[in-house]
Amino acid sequence: MTDFKPQIIAFYCSNCASSAATIAEGMKKSLPENIRTVHVPCSGRIETLHLLKPFEEGVDGVYVAGCQEDSCQYISGISKAARRVEQVKKILESIGIEPERIDVFNLSAGKGDAFVDTALEMTEKLRALGPMNPA
Amino acid sequence: MIVARQKPIEEIVEMTQAFHKLLVVGCKGCVTVCNVGGAKEVAILASALRISGKRNGREVVVGEHTLERQCDPEYVDELKDILEDYEAVVSIACGVGPQFIAERYPAVRVFPGVNTQFMGGAEEHGIWSERCAGCGTCVVHYFGGVCPIARCSKSLLNGPCGGSNNGKCEISNDVDCIWDIIVTRMMEQGRLKELIEFKPPKSWATARDGGPRRMIREELVE
Repeated sequence: MTDFKPQIIAFYCSNCASSAATIAEGMKKSLPENIRTVHVPCSGRIETLHLLKPFEEGVDGVYVAGCQEDSCQYISGISKAARRVEQVKKILESIGIEPERIDVFNLSAGKGDAFVDTALEMTEKLRALGPMNPA
Repeated sequence: MIVARQKPIEEIVEMTQAFHKLLVVGCKGCVTVCNVGGAKEVAILASALRISGKRNGREVVVGEHTLERQCDPEYVDELKDILEDYEAVVSIACGVGPQFIAERYPAVRVFPGVNTQFMGGAEEHGIWSERCAGCGTCVVHYFGGVCPIARCSKSLLNGPCGGSNNGKCEISNDVDCIWDIIVTRMMEQGRLKELIEFKPPKSWATARDGGPRRMIREELVE
């Protein structure tokens, strides 16, 4: 189990999380290689189905990194994303899957550290949960 | 519209676990409008069923199809060729849909994916409430455009009961006493007197009490 590298899909809002990624890069910090990112113009564009599809393809976890609640330039993007993440948690729970496999994080453009820490936190959480599907 | 609620997914998984090839069928009518049975919800349910199958080490093929309406035979006919590839159907239309599919394809197992709730409308996005009980003889014009049959907990036609309290119904503070609303509206319209005018008892012969209903319009029948 210690060798288990959870495969994670991370949805990033282009307005804040992507800027945080640039800052992190400047700090010589990068995401672990088990994380694949999908950049979206606003986290509010991420539909419930977008969040479920990676699980269908066999990933171990999914997270959304969006803006702070009061700084979404489209006003309610991150709140919408948070509600959809909540819906997916309920769907996962209803089919016997740990809801902790999906989460949402509020980042901001200047938080390079948080950008990488979020990825590490998710990786650790999923490592503890183990693989999503039986081998 | 007919308002429905999705069945718990665990219940759908349990109902269909003997089958390995499922077709989830949606409807573009009422259930699309109330966000429970349209193409989007078909895709979400199908995805959840696939994820569940994978997690439990079961090979499950889940197809998706959304009909214009499941309550019209000509649209249900569309499934004829598609169904050949599946063992069972999960219909996420109102209760009419799975019955029309089961009638048209008697050899196919059909499961309901939603629980039909009521005839109503959207108060706001995400909130629906009941407006019509389908009694077959509409009387809303007597009551300021409000239906006490569908909206009074006791379906009273002759005024509020003793459980009316500050505009709320005794069953819950979240439920308006519809008679409070009827009286207020009739006062606003200057028609309060009409409420005490004698009216013969309502005929319930047209309601569900008279058994299953059928309607024939000769001018439309070919």
